[in-house]
Amino acid sequence: MSAEQELERLLDRCERIYGDVALEEVKAWKAAHPGRPAIGHLPVYVPREVIHAAGALPVALQGGGDQVDIVRGDACFQSYICHLPRSTVELGLQGELDLLEGLVFPSTCDVIRNLSGIWQLLFQGKYVRYLDLPQALNDTGGLFYLEDLEGLMNDVAARANQKPDKAAVAASIRLYNRNRRALQLLYELRAEAPQLVAADEAFLVARAGGQMEVSAHSDLVETFVSLARKRNRRKEDRIRVVAIGAFCEQPPLGLLRTLERSGCYVVDDDLNLGARWIQGDVEPGDFPLKALSKAYLVQSTWASVRFEDEQFRGDQLVARVKALRADGVIFAAPSFCDPALLDQPPLQKALTDANLPFISFKYAENTGQFQGFREQAGTFSDSLKLWGTT
Amino acid sequence: MSATRPTTSAQKDISMERQKAMLARHFQELSKVRETGRKVAYTFVPGNLTELISEAGMLGVYPEINALQSGMRQRSADFIHEAERLGHNEDVCTYVKCDIGMLTKGNIGPTGEKLPPPDLLLLSYTGCFTFMKWFELLRREYHCEIAMLHVPYAADGQPTEAMRQYIAKQLRNEVIPKFEKVSGKKLDLDSLAARLRRSALAEEDLSWVLESAKKKPSPIDAYFGAVYYVGPIFTAFRGGEDCIGYYRALRQEVKSRLEHGEGPVTPDGTLAKERFRLVVEGPPNWTHFRDFWKIFYEEGVVFVASTYTKVGGLYDRGFRHGAEKDPLLSLADYCLSCYTNLSLPARVDLLERYVREYAADGFIFNSIKSCKSFSAGQLVMLREVEKRTGIPGAFIESDLVDPRYYSQANIKNRVESYLQMLDQRRRA
Amino acid sequence: MGHYLGIDLGSTTTKAVLIDGAGKVQGFGLTNTRSSYEVAAAIARGEALADAQLSRIEAELSRLGQSAAELGAEVRRAYRVEVAAGRLASLRARTLELARATPKGDGAAQKLEALFAKMLADATPLFSPLAADRSRFFRDVVAARFLSEAEELAQAREISFELAMGAFDRAVVEMENTEVAAELGPTLERAMARARFSPAKAQAVAEARGAVERQPLEVSRMVGTGYGRQRLPFPKEQIRSEILCHGLGAHALFSKTRTVLDIGGQDTKAIQVDEQGVVTSFQMNDRCAAGCGRYLGYIAEEMNLGIHELGPLALTATRAVRISSTCTVFAGVELRERLSLGERRENILLGLHRAIVLRAMSLLARSGGVKDEFTFTGGVARNPAVVRELQSLIDRHYGERRLNVHSDSIYTGALGAALFAQRQGEA
Repeated sequence: MSAEQELERLLDRCERIYGDVALEEVKAWKAAHPGRPAIGHLPVYVPREVIHAAGALPVALQGGGDQVDIVRGDACFQSYICHLPRSTVELGLQGELDLLEGLVFPSTCDVIRNLSGIWQLLFQGKYVRYLDLPQALNDTGGLFYLEDLEGLMNDVAARANQKPDKAAVAASIRLYNRNRRALQLLYELRAEAPQLVAADEAFLVARAGGQMEVSAHSDLVETFVSLARKRNRRKEDRIRVVAIGAFCEQPPLGLLRTLERSGCYVVDDDLNLGARWIQGDVEPGDFPLKALSKAYLVQSTWASVRFEDEQFRGDQLVARVKALRADGVIFAAPSFCDPALLDQPPLQKALTDANLPFISFKYAENTGQFQGFREQAGTFSDSLKLWGTT
Repeated sequence: MSATRPTTSAQKDISMERQKAMLARHFQELSKVRETGRKVAYTFVPGNLTELISEAGMLGVYPEINALQSGMRQRSADFIHEAERLGHNEDVCTYVKCDIGMLTKGNIGPTGEKLPPPDLLLLSYTGCFTFMKWFELLRREYHCEIAMLHVPYAADGQPTEAMRQYIAKQLRNEVIPKFEKVSGKKLDLDSLAARLRRSALAEEDLSWVLESAKKKPSPIDAYFGAVYYVGPIFTAFRGGEDCIGYYRALRQEVKSRLEHGEGPVTPDGTLAKERFRLVVEGPPNWTHFRDFWKIFYEEGVVFVASTYTKVGGLYDRGFRHGAEKDPLLSLADYCLSCYTNLSLPARVDLLERYVREYAADGFIFNSIKSCKSFSAGQLVMLREVEKRTGIPGAFIESDLVDPRYYSQANIKNRVESYLQMLDQRRRA
Repeated sequence: MGHYLGIDLGSTTTKAVLIDGAGKVQGFGLTNTRSSYEVAAAIARGEALADAQLSRIEAELSRLGQSAAELGAEVRRAYRVEVAAGRLASLRARTLELARATPKGDGAAQKLEALFAKMLADATPLFSPLAADRSRFFRDVVAARFLSEAEELAQAREISFELAMGAFDRAVVEMENTEVAAELGPTLERAMARARFSPAKAQAVAEARGAVERQPLEVSRMVGTGYGRQRLPFPKEQIRSEILCHGLGAHALFSKTRTVLDIGGQDTKAIQVDEQGVVTSFQMNDRCAAGCGRYLGYIAEEMNLGIHELGPLALTATRAVRISSTCTVFAGVELRERLSLGERRENILLGLHRAIVLRAMSLLARSGGVKDEFTFTGGVARNPAVVRELQSLIDRHYGERRLNVHSDSIYTGALGAALFAQRQGEA
């Protein structure tokens, strides 16, 4: 089989996982691991290591994309609430999430927070855990978070009939370190040679990890990267952009494809941000849970859902754009996403001050029309290529 | 037949005048900080640490209250427009946009005097994610100290001991040192504890007033009327003598209405006949406050209990400042128990109790576009309360201070349909 | 015996229903709601009263035997054609007047006069759909025919299409805003002449009419409902919310109704009722008109089709294109983009119909689900593609439910209002 054929096969698999709202991958894992639970979690960041170390399969729930008819999900939300919770409730009520033994809701925003309560009301008896990531980014917050992690660990381990085990946490941390490195390689390759990895390909490859055993996913990413390097593709005359705002509800594939077809290379984004949240390796040490807690305080990426402590996000964005030699920024955020949208004015101001161009638009996971995006992104790209400015 | 009859001057809210005077004094002091050198803290209503601000000798500014006042004074549309012109999105919270717009246009407060900039942004992150984003935005404008107090969400219905300790520890290690740095004054914990006990005196009277709505007819409207009643205790005055005096007077006033069998006072006079007793969830709309109120009192509706008047403390369920000896734990208990910090099941429980304890005929949700902390999940809550009480509820939609999201005809239509339905059920 | 009138002042159409003391429907009235709610109410009321008189004549005739009952139906058809022909004549006069007022208008007016003459000569076949279906509008029938005639003339370069349509559109709107007092007797005489009734039949009708007119029809009480109900000059207790009226009306049409869905021009309502027709819970759509009748109206305009043609066309689709937004504002954009991508028109249409039904399903879920039996009312209930998609989604999500659609479903609210008037009158 040629490298390109193998890539195609691999991408097909990822796209199948992406479109599979019935979680077949998870079913297969459970069949192969009798007695072990699968625990779902909402975006953005949940330390999957803890769930993994407790003997369960962590499953990232990322909405229903554009594949789910929303009937009862809409009955729970007003028109001014984003789309992800609608499809999540719809899938839950259709029974597609019955195979999960529990759900973890991180403190992403008020909507995800309240979704935890909706789950308590609609699915009584189901294990629901709200994970309050610390906004006090100091030792006090770290300690509170550590206790929270211990609670999560104990709960999940009890469901897996396992004893919470320090060594297991350390082992899981190492497996996830490898996974983060693999994803890092993927993103580095895109930054270095974006013609070799399309934006939607990187998205699909990273996203497949949400339903897979971590080692299998690391294998997959590493294989993809080494095969993609062998691709013989000419670099086209496109602008390099950083796309941000899509850290929770994910855009439809068509949107990512539209951006690249309109003359952009997306050299960095915040899609699947949770999987890449921790920067660098976590050193498990003698107290691995504490190491995870500490990592949240000092190794987190900058994100709209985490309290802006010392460094302004705008400065971090500008630094990233410059480091990647990007020509501009595309703000692509879900409609009604408070964290992303409230951050836009200061981020845009930072870009303006640094003389960096940007455009912005909103989407929903089930957006079906791309004409407007195509025109905007195309104009952005053309004007930058022609005049180096908008 | 008119739904109201003229209110005699003796029945008018004398307490209202008292509150106006208190507010005027407060804003006057704020306008003089250049001369007096007093320091200013901006903070939010839910989980507010007013006693701490007062102990530090500082003055509180409450951006939410400024925004709602702007809404009532018909200024919010301009401010929101200004913020949107600056790039703020149409989808996001209009309190934030109203505040940013007001700031851009000179930060003139509700009394027409310019508000001083903050020396401290006290970010009590209690039950609303947007609070955090809001102060991140203000911090860029003011470059002042910011103190984050992370109040964990009581997701499983009851706050845990770990949550209490976490808050107390943040207060001790982070928040109080910032206060001391800004005010240049060492905090006296005993004095703080004494102040908390004074808060409880007013809290006792407020609770009595709110619970008076259990009587038939109710002497108060626990929504439109009560948003005024909770004003002092939710903001800069709690723990002070003024506040104690205000609630003592209010209690007297309500007591006298009760003795005379009088209904609530509305803008058009005293409600003549209580036709429907309703419970309400969600904040009111401020831009059309009177029109909104009128839809109800014209039909003889009395709100006997509301959740919005609990965002700054669930005093009617028994919480009292100072009940816990350690003042820091007492503040922690306060923050954790504010309505905004309750889980959805806990909110459903509370609504169910209100419907039963206040012998309500029905309940209504005013869903606010801006406020996802309140709104996300309200439709599920509604069904759950219906299921538990066997009484149908009503659902209406509006916004806090964005007049574009308020439609009188639409809301009136729904409310009338709902009341006629209750009426029809009553007859059947 | 007293009669009771219900008026439903909708945002796009106004309906009136007159019932007798036994709750039996005697007359229907229907008009477009234009600038004035008051006029619309008066027109609908006038129509309902005239219609009731015909019912009484019919009853009088049927007492004389079977063939006389058929005669009653014949009279009603002839009367409706005659009223429409009368309206067409006034429409002609006003259109010509407006056309003449334009530059070079005299020539155009001449052509238009000939056009109207042709239509008037065809009055019986032209208006027979109106006579057969009381939910159709004079305006729709007459506009479709005028449009095709004017197009033909314009293609032959005999007339300016813009001028013709401009004058016609203005005239028809003016006409809808004018209250016409049609006298029953003379109109009936003309109707029978046009329909060439035999002298014996005409004699029987005249006698029945005489008997009816000896006992004047009295409206004992009226109740108003609908979006514009506050504009009715009624005392407060004679105004009922459309939710209650729809619930009661649906119960009257199908007595086992437990769930009602009404999709009107501007709003959608999901209503649950008990075995008495008393509303137990309801939900209305968001503030915007997404997914309502108006949305289909825009689509029809965009596709240059009549609104009643949409459903049948959608039913010819081979599959439904996935449409995510039912936003009225974006309907046109969405449609054009899909067409430019090479999607077939009927497949897009089916997708749009599905999108509307999905929104309605959400509202139903909000109101408490779909119980047996389920009654679908409002203008959109006349769209067969919506009905089919609704039935299939309900079967999938709630199991088998009996779905009722009544041919008079647009009168549901007015019927409920009339029933409320009856209850009040008896109380």
